[in-house]
Amino acid sequence: MLSPWIFGFLIFTLGPMIVSLALSFTRYDVINPPEFIGLKNWALLFSDPLLLKSLQNTFFFAALHVPFAIAIALALALLLDQISRGAGFFRTVFYLPSITPAVATGILWLWLLNPQVGIVNQFLHLLHIPGPGWTTDPNWIKPGIVLMSLWGLGNTVVIYFAALRQVPNELYEAARVDGAKPWAQFFRITVPMISGTLFYTLVINTIFALQYFTEVYTMFFRGQESGVSEDALFYVIYLFRQSFEYFHMGYASAMAWLLFAIIVVVTLVQVGFSRKFVYYEGAS
Amino acid sequence: MAVAPESRPLPVPRVADRPIERTGDEAQSARPRMGGSGQILVWALLLILVLAFLYPFVWLISASLKPQGETFTSSLLPQPLIWQHYVEIWSAAPALRWFFNSALVGILASVAVVFSSALVAFGFVYQRFPGRDALFGLVIATLMLPQAVVMVPKFLIWHSIQVGGTNLAATQVPLWAGNLFASPIYIFLLRQFFLGLPRDLFEAAKVDGANPLRIWWSIVLPLSKPALVAVGIFEFKSSWTDLMAPLIYLQNRNLFTLPLGLKAFVDEFGKGGIQRWDLVMTASVLFTIPMLIIFFLAQKHFIRGIATTGMK
Repeated sequence: MLSPWIFGFLIFTLGPMIVSLALSFTRYDVINPPEFIGLKNWALLFSDPLLLKSLQNTFFFAALHVPFAIAIALALALLLDQISRGAGFFRTVFYLPSITPAVATGILWLWLLNPQVGIVNQFLHLLHIPGPGWTTDPNWIKPGIVLMSLWGLGNTVVIYFAALRQVPNELYEAARVDGAKPWAQFFRITVPMISGTLFYTLVINTIFALQYFTEVYTMFFRGQESGVSEDALFYVIYLFRQSFEYFHMGYASAMAWLLFAIIVVVTLVQVGFSRKFVYYEGAS
Repeated sequence: MAVAPESRPLPVPRVADRPIERTGDEAQSARPRMGGSGQILVWALLLILVLAFLYPFVWLISASLKPQGETFTSSLLPQPLIWQHYVEIWSAAPALRWFFNSALVGILASVAVVFSSALVAFGFVYQRFPGRDALFGLVIATLMLPQAVVMVPKFLIWHSIQVGGTNLAATQVPLWAGNLFASPIYIFLLRQFFLGLPRDLFEAAKVDGANPLRIWWSIVLPLSKPALVAVGIFEFKSSWTDLMAPLIYLQNRNLFTLPLGLKAFVDEFGKGGIQRWDLVMTASVLFTIPMLIIFFLAQKHFIRGIATTGMK
């Protein structure tokens, strides 16, 4: 019964992983046979300015997206937990952007963020704040992308809301009897009780952010055009271009392994961090 | 290999260990809540947030109904209302064809992944053999593997297969055929669900001489419809919205799925193209509507699935 997965694992996961690792030591363009070039691709990883740029862009994005997504989603879920009816409706509304196809999201936000006609700057204008060039100014492209990505945090709201509703009422009642203030209840009861969920979304959202692709590719990239929007060049976009636009399969394979290594390291750091802060009911 | 922390499984939220029905919709009558003015503040905030979350949709629909050239005027009420983009769109691009392609690929991808993942998940629940839990840990560990690592070799596999003179890498087959071999996140979700089924049922059927496949088909699957539907719509959604795989495999315009079609469309009609953003907006609306319909029909399944697995 496990055979479909075992077969699939060997053919579509383990096998490709080995092939990908092997390819990372070669020059390969699909048409000509791979040529062994030793560690050249790996050395290039550390001297390619565009790769460095794409890494910086991606880290910048993840460093903003993850904390904001977690904090805002938690705030929204807490609001939902405060009302006795209608929470389902609001949850639906918050979730709708998550089911909007990413290509459509990219197109839509290209205009919402448009410096002249976009709603974001029109809103800032109302507050007498001069709106930045979200889609044109190199310093503001990534914050604009973060804004777009936060529109899609409904997933995380759904997860937090479910977790909040499982915190037993007795804990809050006992705390109130002891005279605990709302802030104390939040930090001493709510946060510890949902810390497992918080940690889980931290891991998932980080892995997601490090691989953000479709929306940004839709907004700023077109076929093999080069030189466009270096400031929106995210890691997976660069990886995609190297592999399927320039057919540098060997270099792309090395890039993919670097990404894997980054994800593993970041996740392990988060796991280590969580041992201190995550409370598991019934765990020793 | 993907990291499999030895002593403990990959961190999953505690909610996942509980019955799949828990989504936060259960009655919570004794919940301590803010009263009076606090409630008004909460409701006011929520209503403002609703406006902020819904505005982009309203803007998009409005833009698709404005006359060409007025797409970006700030009014949300088009004057006059123009429906003709919704007629013109079908001749401006093979949109119907892309729509059909997306539906076909999405259905094949969902059906394939539902049955294969259910079979594997049941294997992990029903069969006892040494190393089973370690193997399940491996399933979970593969979740961390970025698709980028296997993307190139997978392409090479499909590229090397010829069927009747056609290279499979140039067809839609790679977009769904991998799903025949089950998918880790769904194995995880369905295993959670199957663990909640009474094991006595399996044992009774076994005593009656049913083999494991028969138990799976006649007992487990019928009892698991909600979970199977959840998996099916999640996979349909991810197939319906996926851009990367179609970008890699599809060259022939007639084979495009909607995400790739819309991307080609925006490159041609929008940026650098002939600036028919009115049509681009119309195409975006048409592309989004089927997902909204599916969502409203199957909302419960979506919410349960996310609350259980944290699916993106």
